[in-house]
Amino acid sequence: MVHCFLIHTAGPVSGPGPGDSRVLFSRVFGPHLQGRSLQRDQLMVVLSSVSLSREASGRGSGAGEGGGVPATDEGTALQEADGGVLRLRAGDPFPGAERSVLWLAVRSLAFTLVCLPHDNLLLAEATLRSLARHCLEHLRLLGNGSEVLLKVDRIDFLLGKLLPHGQLLFLNHRFTQSLEKDITAYMAK
Amino acid sequence: MFACDLSFYIGFVVLFWWIQDQPLESIKRNYCRDRRDFRQAILSDRTVYLSIQNNHVTLLNKKLIDWLRYASTQQGGGTSSVGFFTGPRIRQPGPVTELDGSVSGDFFTVLCVGQGFTEDQWMNVHSFSLLRPWLLASDSVSNGNASAEAGGKAREYLGPPSLMTSLLSSSPSSRLQLSLSLSHSHSTDDRSEVDGSVVSMVSATSSSSRLLAPKERLREKAFQYCQRLIEQSDRKAQKRVDTELQKAVYRAFPCVKALYGRLSGDLGYARVLLPIAQFYLNHGELAAVECESVWKLVFGRFPAELFNEPYLTHELLRFTRLNLQHLQARVPQYTHTFPNLLKFLAWDSPAVVEDFVDLLPSLVTSGTAVELLHSLLDLPCLSATLILQLRLAFSPISEAGGRSHLSLEAFRNPSYRGLFLFLLRGEAGSGDTIARLSKLHELLVEAVDWPRVVQSAQAVPVLLHVYFNAVVTVANEKLLAQLISVLLERSSLLFNIPTYIKEIHRVFSCHLLRFCKLHPSLVVDQSHELLEFAGTTANVWLLGEYLSVTSDARCSVELITSCFESLEAVLALAKLASRSHDLIPRVSLFLSKLRSVSRGGPVVWCSSEDDLVAIVTRGEELCSLLKLPGVAQSVLTPPPSISDPRWHRDVNVALPYQLRILTGLTHLH
Repeated sequence: MVHCFLIHTAGPVSGPGPGDSRVLFSRVFGPHLQGRSLQRDQLMVVLSSVSLSREASGRGSGAGEGGGVPATDEGTALQEADGGVLRLRAGDPFPGAERSVLWLAVRSLAFTLVCLPHDNLLLAEATLRSLARHCLEHLRLLGNGSEVLLKVDRIDFLLGKLLPHGQLLFLNHRFTQSLEKDITAYMAK
Repeated sequence: MFACDLSFYIGFVVLFWWIQDQPLESIKRNYCRDRRDFRQAILSDRTVYLSIQNNHVTLLNKKLIDWLRYASTQQGGGTSSVGFFTGPRIRQPGPVTELDGSVSGDFFTVLCVGQGFTEDQWMNVHSFSLLRPWLLASDSVSNGNASAEAGGKAREYLGPPSLMTSLLSSSPSSRLQLSLSLSHSHSTDDRSEVDGSVVSMVSATSSSSRLLAPKERLREKAFQYCQRLIEQSDRKAQKRVDTELQKAVYRAFPCVKALYGRLSGDLGYARVLLPIAQFYLNHGELAAVECESVWKLVFGRFPAELFNEPYLTHELLRFTRLNLQHLQARVPQYTHTFPNLLKFLAWDSPAVVEDFVDLLPSLVTSGTAVELLHSLLDLPCLSATLILQLRLAFSPISEAGGRSHLSLEAFRNPSYRGLFLFLLRGEAGSGDTIARLSKLHELLVEAVDWPRVVQSAQAVPVLLHVYFNAVVTVANEKLLAQLISVLLERSSLLFNIPTYIKEIHRVFSCHLLRFCKLHPSLVVDQSHELLEFAGTTANVWLLGEYLSVTSDARCSVELITSCFESLEAVLALAKLASRSHDLIPRVSLFLSKLRSVSRGGPVVWCSSEDDLVAIVTRGEELCSLLKLPGVAQSVLTPPPSISDPRWHRDVNVALPYQLRILTGLTHLH
């Protein structure tokens, strides 16, 4: 069972620093055993770790990429996405077990999945990609004036289908198709 | 109805799973705060908590068995479609198929496909997806709680831990045989008789007992499910996404040795092979299989060829961390694989430096210490070399004027091949270092500002501290002496990144001090090298010699570095003099020069006025002290018993007290 799913900004690498990242959407799975402020602090640690990791990978949404006008074509954007995985030690910032943080950055947006030790990272990676793809396709996150905060119900629907209660699912292509049909129907509403 | 049902069960499993991770007190505390949540009632009392748990666990075990093992094998849906002319009709569903398109011959699993799916087939998918956490959670309850409250109630609620969990979890298990033998028992299951499903290999060779508790039956069913998945994973999938799923399935059930034979040739399956390696590590000994080739792959080809794959890196290092003890015990060549493992670090040090903080001590042995030290110091060079290697692989034809033109040329040049090949070696033991290291640094000079190189240079000081902390636990005096000479030699032979060199020198001096503290005789043994290296003695001599010529630029460069170092050096001189009285006149002369120069205004070797005053004052104190050689010796070289910290706290006999008396005496003089 994954720990949480986040959508956040991933500032340009040359930017003033990881402190600039902003959480656009977060869903923490399982019972909330901590207070809100503690949880927010933990998520900020995740964000800054992702920023550092992205910066370290030498890629990012800095200038020069895409050559001027940023394209809003979600398909291409996802293909160009960079990603990675990093480890957060037990107790820092999450109590209990250590966490694996999987991130996928599409232009200035990043999707992040914080996984628990027993999670199957192959499944997690595929689920993260699928979530990112659906978010981009159905919510037009890269477009101008897109407001993630207003589309929470849709993201929640996606999570309910693809990551119910934070549970990674073994889905073969038929099950996936079936889910996608549901998703398309819901989004058309 | 279906959705609500599903949501409830998954929700329950999730809750249950989370509870395992939390101390009961914190659950109580936090849940009682949130009155809207019905679960707080469950959790507010330990007794209720346990009994509810017990009921639900049994219920869910039964449910999971049904969903896993007895989902319908007919295609679901009967999706109603509206025909253009014929009006609504129901398409007749057929049996579900395997991934390769053939009709499924056994019970339904996540690798079965159809046009649509029935509710119980969906439940099958969900059940399997959460099977592992569920088994682990219920197992940890029976283990954890039972041990936590000795003789507690938990023991009676849940059966003995066993079977699938031990197969799936990373703990080495001798229970494998037990679980295998269990699946060959001969009683039949209540439902499998009734449903009349086509019996395949798995169903034919296995059965369960209605005598077993639901929990044990679930484990057995899970085991059958896994066996069937492995059979199914062998089929050639028609869709790529299903191939991916097959990979993920392998990961969950690494219990077939044949998998290894089939997958080991293809590096694309590297991540799938890690759980197989885990299986070999856990059960290899029991099954008496040859594991050598597995380790060659995991610690050989994987790091050497896939060092730039972030997910593999993460999983491989995690695997190594979690199995450290077993690896050390069962994989003799493990400690010699560090040149390969360091490639992960050299490539992406920020992501893995934490892993190496944990792993490094396990790689430090008396046999590897010297070579490992060299390898750590050469890490920035290794980063540069890996970049060149990849660049060459991607664009074998030289692009003139490229950023790494010179170094790339050097990398291609056969006469330097040996240097690079040494850095890229896969195993330790071919020699500690190379003779032409400075040449290598020259060849790679344009790499000093490459981001990966800079990052790995930043990781080295941290890891050197870890290294030195580990090495003192394994090294004898002879090895330490050897390491000191490596330190002295390498301090002038480092990749030319100024901050890197500075940092490394700082680490070196810190641990040199520790070594000598540990084995004071090292100073005598290595005195020649130390004198050559330290420079401080020479500097101090220079200071004394050239003090009147304050404008001499040559000594200023070295001396200006730190006034406090000078202060210490002055003290060191006085200390040495107090032990050999013949030296006293020389030191006194030097100290008096120190006083005279301070009157002449600012000096080049000390930029801060305050520091200069401090140094001169200390010089004067020492000068006075040395006039009484016997007293000087007792103050400057106190017997060890006095330097024991307890002495200082005792006001009557403390060193400060002695000093106060001495100050009074010197004033009388």
